[in-house]
Amino acid sequence: MKHHHDRGPRFRASFPRPLAKALSGTWVFARTKALIAVPMAVLVLLATVALFADVVATHDPLAQNVEQRLRPPGPGHYFGTDGFGRDIFSRVVHGARVSLFVGFLAVSMAAVSGTGIGMFSAYWGGKLDLLVQRVVDVLLGFPFLVLALMMVVALGPSSTSVAIGIALGLTPQVARLSRASALSIKEEEYVKAAMVIGASSYRIIWRHLLPNSGPPILAQVTGYFGTAVVAETTLSFLGLGVPPPFPSWGRMLQEGVRQYFEAAPWATVFPGLALSVSVLACALLGDAVRDLLDPRRVQTAQPRGQQGVRAGHRQAEL
Amino acid sequence: MRRHLAWRLALIAPTALAASIVVFFALRVLPGDIVRVIIGDVPVSPEVQEALREELGLNDALPIQYGRWLWSMVNGEFGGRSLENGEPIRSIISRHLPVTVLLAGYTVLLSIFVSVPLGVLAAVAGNRWPDYLIRVATLGGLALPNLWVALLVLLGLLLFFRWSPPIIYTAPTADPWNHMQMMVWPTLILAWEYSSHLVRVTRSTMLEGLSQAYITTARSKGLSERDVVLRHALRNALIPAVTMLGLQSGTLLSGALILETIFGLPGIGRGLVQAALARDYPVIQSLASLLVVLSLVVNLGVDIIYTLVDPRFSRAT
Repeated sequence: MKHHHDRGPRFRASFPRPLAKALSGTWVFARTKALIAVPMAVLVLLATVALFADVVATHDPLAQNVEQRLRPPGPGHYFGTDGFGRDIFSRVVHGARVSLFVGFLAVSMAAVSGTGIGMFSAYWGGKLDLLVQRVVDVLLGFPFLVLALMMVVALGPSSTSVAIGIALGLTPQVARLSRASALSIKEEEYVKAAMVIGASSYRIIWRHLLPNSGPPILAQVTGYFGTAVVAETTLSFLGLGVPPPFPSWGRMLQEGVRQYFEAAPWATVFPGLALSVSVLACALLGDAVRDLLDPRRVQTAQPRGQQGVRAGHRQAEL
Repeated sequence: MRRHLAWRLALIAPTALAASIVVFFALRVLPGDIVRVIIGDVPVSPEVQEALREELGLNDALPIQYGRWLWSMVNGEFGGRSLENGEPIRSIISRHLPVTVLLAGYTVLLSIFVSVPLGVLAAVAGNRWPDYLIRVATLGGLALPNLWVALLVLLGLLLFFRWSPPIIYTAPTADPWNHMQMMVWPTLILAWEYSSHLVRVTRSTMLEGLSQAYITTARSKGLSERDVVLRHALRNALIPAVTMLGLQSGTLLSGALILETIFGLPGIGRGLVQAALARDYPVIQSLASLLVVLSLVVNLGVDIIYTLVDPRFSRAT
């Protein structure tokens, strides 16, 4: 450690600090904002598993092994095996890749198109706004799955068409929210000031409307990621999702139910568990972010009333 | 009030019309030849393809095709016949519609009767165990996919009770016991999800309401806590709850689609899934439009409840 002395005292003193700071910062964050930190950690873990599926999986997800069929969960096969002797843990891990990827793709498309539509509609207003909002109304009248299902039928089964179908179902909802938030920001003094000094439409939308309505949209979109993953799983379960051979949670559920429901309950339980954990994490994170952003829900120091009911007032809604 | 309802009723027609345009053109304008999609990978001679195209009327201009389809939806044929087995779509609908309407109806009724008391209880209990229990339960209802919940319920009934629901659906009038056995689980699962929205809204608006000045006034003039909660706070909390009832009508019908498929109920949702799997275009079009109309009708129903709950409407007649 001798060479450290050559670098001078300042560097030596500051070297371990950023790391320690980051660690203690993370720890403080995890303790004070557990409602955000825990679901976030779960999602990061899931994303890592999906990215490194080849490393995490213990077996080839497609390899069949007749001697090992319908084994219950145990040391060799953490989640057991299915009717073809395929390792369910590895299939769930690889399925995460398909389900989370399609969910992510769908939500990104919905976020971009929905925000775009909402912003422009709010900014230009007038007849364009009216027209766009009627179209959004009509699309909102569709049950979400029906819209996604029709798109999949029309575009043919592939991960892209599933993602487009789901995105189309989510876009009107994002558009509705981003329009509402852009409309309220448009009335702020600083936006009016920007208009008066002659800022371009592009600049107003890009520098004022978008950044300021970003957080609530982000909170909503976080929650919709879970919705999109469920929709992908549901479509695959119905036989309208990503085609074989890629293992997706939905098709694993379908096979589990159709082929060996009673004989191997674990084939139904584990893919569904993975799905539920991801959705729960998204829902919690979305709620927590929304509560964090909503000034009305901020915990304010106020005297508790005599009635028990007041204690819960302004508590973050679980 | 009557004028308001008439206006809402009148608005259904243009919305449904716009929805039918979406349904029709989503399936037509998108890339890909319908005939090819219907045939799939089976090699078929060009003459047969041409005949099929002629039969479906695909050689006419799109607006003409749309007009013809729309007319058949209105005149009671509901879009002609199934491509798969030639059954008139009208008879498919008359078979499937009652099941979905009953399932949705049971769910809405159950949700209303369960969730308003639960929401009030959670709000009044304020951060004590009933509140936590209800909040966790509603979180589960919102976050657990009803697809998986339904499979777990079926699995649990089978493994622990050696019982599974009947396979053949019967109308409530034909065999009420069989009908009940078939409907009870899908209704419960769907109601868990649907009422979770309602409970949460009721709880948070109750909490907000209970901190208002008029509640303090009501308390200080010596009203019993029961009267304060039920007569003053609840009346106002009901309005957002009713709004939520309508907002979630899409969730309700999407959920019905999944549960009908899992529990083998011959409803509109399951019919749509089967048609989608068989690429039965006319049936997909008709059933998808019907689901949209159902969702509109649920919203109209909610509007009617609205006028009953919100005094601003009933007074303005």
